[in-house]
Amino acid sequence: MRELTFLEAIREAQEQEMARDERVFILGEDVSFNVYGSTGGLAERFGLDRVRDTPISESGFTGVAIGAALVGMRPIVDFTIASFMYLAMDQLVSIAAKTAYMYGGQAHVPAVFRAALFYNGGLAAQHSDRNYAMFMQVPGLKIAVPSTPHDAKGLLKSAIRDDDPVLMFEDGALWGSRGEVPEDDYLIPFGQAAVRREGSDLTIVAIGSRVREALAAADTLAKQGISVEVIDPRTLVPLGRATILASVAKTGRALVVDVGHRSCGVAGEILATIAEDGFWSLRAPLKRLTAPDMQIPFSPALEKGFYPDTAQIVDAALALVQD
Amino acid sequence: MSTPDPATQLEMYRRMLRIRRFDETVKTLFDRGRIPGSVHLSIGQEAEVVGACMALAGDDYMVGNHRSHGHPIGKGAAMGPLLAEILGKATGVNGGKGGSMHLADFSVGSLGESSIVGSGLPVAVGAALGARMQGNGRVCLCFFGDGASNEGYFHEALNMASAWQVPVVFLCENNSYGVTTAFSRVSRVPDVATRAVAYGIPGEIVDGQDARVVYAAVQNAAQRARDGAGPTLIEAKTYRYPHHSEGPLYNNITYRDPAELAAWQARDPLPLFAGHLAEAGIADAALLADIEQAISAEVASALEFAEQSPWPDPAEAHRGLYRTPIAGFDHA
Repeated sequence: MRELTFLEAIREAQEQEMARDERVFILGEDVSFNVYGSTGGLAERFGLDRVRDTPISESGFTGVAIGAALVGMRPIVDFTIASFMYLAMDQLVSIAAKTAYMYGGQAHVPAVFRAALFYNGGLAAQHSDRNYAMFMQVPGLKIAVPSTPHDAKGLLKSAIRDDDPVLMFEDGALWGSRGEVPEDDYLIPFGQAAVRREGSDLTIVAIGSRVREALAAADTLAKQGISVEVIDPRTLVPLGRATILASVAKTGRALVVDVGHRSCGVAGEILATIAEDGFWSLRAPLKRLTAPDMQIPFSPALEKGFYPDTAQIVDAALALVQD
Repeated sequence: MSTPDPATQLEMYRRMLRIRRFDETVKTLFDRGRIPGSVHLSIGQEAEVVGACMALAGDDYMVGNHRSHGHPIGKGAAMGPLLAEILGKATGVNGGKGGSMHLADFSVGSLGESSIVGSGLPVAVGAALGARMQGNGRVCLCFFGDGASNEGYFHEALNMASAWQVPVVFLCENNSYGVTTAFSRVSRVPDVATRAVAYGIPGEIVDGQDARVVYAAVQNAAQRARDGAGPTLIEAKTYRYPHHSEGPLYNNITYRDPAELAAWQARDPLPLFAGHLAEAGIADAALLADIEQAISAEVASALEFAEQSPWPDPAEAHRGLYRTPIAGFDHA
């Protein structure tokens, strides 16, 4: 099967959905010139009305997307960098997430908000946020964090067709990665975690690019006779709890790996789920590897080691299995 | 000034009276402890609300704010479900999930009301943009207050609407106060309308006490928007007689000169319009009395409907978060 990069898969999903449904349009900063690589050729094919460059007005154009969605359009907002979502926080939290509920079902907001995660790249504190966990605190939003080009396409297409606001976080560490992506139309449903590798000694739940690190760690551990199961939730809201719990029931051990911050984070939430509903199958303490609760420094010498890598995962896994 | 036909003018009067009596009823209920939360009344502002709403077609869109009981009524919404919503009843427009600050009646183009000051401005631009992309000829009217004109939203929304020539009408209800802070204390320019210059769109100041004046301005602006000429900023100078919200918070605060209130009440929009109707030979005293009686009956009926309506089923609190629920997820 042909291979695409993560970014090409996103571009293809958008192109196919725009061709399928004329209500779908893209808006964001610098989208028509394809600065970030996910809208190549779309302005030429669909015109500047549907590939709409916005002023630098994040809260404003987020509100515009919501208003358009309220009257039947299906906008895709490209924040380009997830850190910029903070400028649009009020619209995301107070309007997009609350509209369907607050108006008693009279309206809904079928909008997609794409946010790229750039970290580990010397972009310093204000451009390196991995902030999906913050939005898990907001009822009414759905959240996807794909880890493969295949899933990026299928999840984005599902998000565009979903009648609720969806935040899709695109891990910048994966943008250049290649993988098999069918050319045809396919959807990946929300709330179904993927088992990336089957194993019996330890469950590793990994988010976004950490799936790759976890799989590499599993290879290393296999050589030492340790069988690791790797779970990729793919969507954080809804979270595929059943798959995670079934895996822990089998392995009795769980490690969660995430590039987000530690406190009140995705890893903590997943571990709490396991502690509440899978406690009696546990054979070892629960463990999480995350970024520290620090701001992200600029110098590569300082940022190095902030995000759990293959070596750290191997060490943590060994400690759990040998405990 | 384009003059609406007599039937339209009578309907304008009815809707103004509905809003007045509706809000008076809400105040009575609030004072009796019957309303959860807080309420923000617009008594005194009825002319600009109705003048603007009636200048639109029935299927045009409208976005309100926290002081918005009158906006859906001005747009033609039935009062019973609005009052039921304010009481938190199951028959409320939002099923009791929104309340006073979030009245929405999508059946009359009312796209909701946000209690976050200014946040409706970009939403209105988006609704108008959507209408234009669908080519349905609709415009969106956006109500906001003088306080909202100091939010970043105002500037972002006007800039985008202008840059894209979106069919939206921005209607600033300038009642001079953001809670207790006079607009003049937080802005060096006396008029919001002058800010239109910064965005290359027309800015117009109108007498917000005269529904006919507001009607004409909004009608022109809506036509301009439909013609593809883009947005207009209209500033209606008006006044709210009540405080920012009801309750004891404002009892001992004197931020307004009583003479100022009296001066505005001397030009109360209801007698002003009634006088015009009489002068133009559209309504004599008997007809005006009939209208008064009919509206009082309508409001009484709305109240009866609201009061006799059931409370929502508590289980309903856990429903409706998502439009597309996800099987097997209890929060979906």
